[in-house]
Amino acid sequence: MYKKQTVIILLFLVGLYACKKGLDNPFLGFQKPSNFPEPAYRFSTNEVTKAGFELGRKLFYDPILSHNNTISCASCHISYAAFSHPGHNVSHGIHDRLGTRNSPPIMNLAWSTSFMWDGGIFDLDLQPIAPITNHVEMDDTMANVLNRLRISSVYPPLFEQAFGDRTISGTHFLKALSQFMVMCISSHSKYDSVMRKEGIQFSPIEEAGYALFQQKCASCHQEPLFTNHAFVNNGLPISALNDQGRYGITLDSNHRYQFKVPSLRNIGYTTPYMHDGRFSSVEQVLDFYNSGVQKTPNLASSFNQNGRLGISISAAEKTKLVAFLKTLDDVYFVRDKTLVEP
Amino acid sequence: MQRMIVSFLFLIVLFASCKKDSAPSFNAAVKAALTVEFDNIAGSEDLKLNNVFYYLTANGDSIKVSKLKYYVSNFSFTNVDGSLYTIPQDSSYHLIIEGDSSTYEPEFNIPEGEYKAVSFLLGVDSLRNTQDVSKRTGDLDVTDSAKGGDMYWSWNSGYIFYKLEGISPQVAGMMGKSFMYHIGLFGGKTSPTLNNLRKVTLDLTQRGTPKVKAGKETNIHLTVDVLKTFSGTATVKLADNSMVMANPYSATVANNLPGIFSHAHTHN
Repeated sequence: MYKKQTVIILLFLVGLYACKKGLDNPFLGFQKPSNFPEPAYRFSTNEVTKAGFELGRKLFYDPILSHNNTISCASCHISYAAFSHPGHNVSHGIHDRLGTRNSPPIMNLAWSTSFMWDGGIFDLDLQPIAPITNHVEMDDTMANVLNRLRISSVYPPLFEQAFGDRTISGTHFLKALSQFMVMCISSHSKYDSVMRKEGIQFSPIEEAGYALFQQKCASCHQEPLFTNHAFVNNGLPISALNDQGRYGITLDSNHRYQFKVPSLRNIGYTTPYMHDGRFSSVEQVLDFYNSGVQKTPNLASSFNQNGRLGISISAAEKTKLVAFLKTLDDVYFVRDKTLVEP
Repeated sequence: MQRMIVSFLFLIVLFASCKKDSAPSFNAAVKAALTVEFDNIAGSEDLKLNNVFYYLTANGDSIKVSKLKYYVSNFSFTNVDGSLYTIPQDSSYHLIIEGDSSTYEPEFNIPEGEYKAVSFLLGVDSLRNTQDVSKRTGDLDVTDSAKGGDMYWSWNSGYIFYKLEGISPQVAGMMGKSFMYHIGLFGGKTSPTLNNLRKVTLDLTQRGTPKVKAGKETNIHLTVDVLKTFSGTATVKLADNSMVMANPYSATVANNLPGIFSHAHTHN
């Protein structure tokens, strides 16, 4: 009898502990969603820890990274917009200087093999150097930024907690930012729930849109990340700026006017669209693919089939496609409290 | 008597020095110091940043230089017996910065011996260019603005191998009279691009072979003539090409760059 009681009490305590653990949301590090492929990021060089992630998160939101303490990463990568810059075709950085390209969302970067619209950066760890040193973004040097962090009262202990070294090396700074960025995982859209068979179904119109999507869009916007990470000229009219995209990186004339295929996840939060933010609605984008594609150099062959430019999308098909694309919005991601300003 | 002792001592010293020169005995198992000096010049003159007078290129262009920096890496030395000694990669990257004399003479530890040639890369090889940020230390630190931070394209991941900036009256561009040559591109990681890495091999037999031996300093003195940036395999006119960065013309300039290096002499 006595023994049985003890067992029951012990079980009760274990149960309580388990509950407590659940409430505290223990930090689990990087977890690959079950319907995603293996990530590209080299976690062997940068294991995500709670202290490292929290440090990266703090840095991401801190304008100390800019020359005059006004611009943080989050200035142009806003969490409620899936870390894009809503309403801005191109972004304004320091002193309201304008860039030339649309601020891309930060999500699922652990699966990306290149960064920026032209893919000029091949390593996530090296990515933050570009905006920090860009004249129209944060306009500083890495050395200045690191020095400001080193003389702050806040950061040395945080780097010590994260990396066991309070001297703040450039490597640790970049690794901390990567830890935050790879944790910006969007995998809880309705689409994901349907795919993971979590008891939710597409509505008939979404289902019809999904079938159309697979037929007309999925060769570039491959599931489940909704990008094939390739560079494509999709036939946008060439703007006055004459941005030649990927060509600027590779100097290969076959790459003129190619830009990275963006993911379509969270498309409802990341307006405007295209590398220069020229379209403000998904409907405009679909109209462009139906009737606006131009035969510019290196136009992808998928946009020039049987003598027709673009992809035929009827009005009825457009409605269905839009319904499906809405299932890619991930409200849990854009409201994730662990990713907002600390 | 005293005079005799002095003469005797003198003779001994003479003998000792003769012996050293005529029959050096090397122990290849022992490593000794060798420095390679990069002496930046402009034609027949020593290069001075922001010099009062213009330097004249072979094409008749006048230039003043405000910045000269370049990476030399992957050194190897060819022994007179034909064997090759390659410096371990981790200690093989050196950024030479005109105006910072602490960068002019990279030091190496190589097996004792007499060497007939030196080879190095002008630039940073593709492997190191794509390595994890934690391997980019010292001269390769892209977060150190005094070192790699000023020799790195953040928007097109890769080191700048050779950076020459200045002014020339022949330039009439948007940026006034200034010219900027930033030569990089290692061949690309995600897609192939230009490979502007150039290997430099210098024969050391004409102007004194280095005899590397423990207990003494050996120095290979190289001159680096910035004016040869503009001539050699191709004529590079400043009026036509004042800004050469990540563009196709960079390959033309890169082809001239091995020619800027010459062996002047050796201090044994």
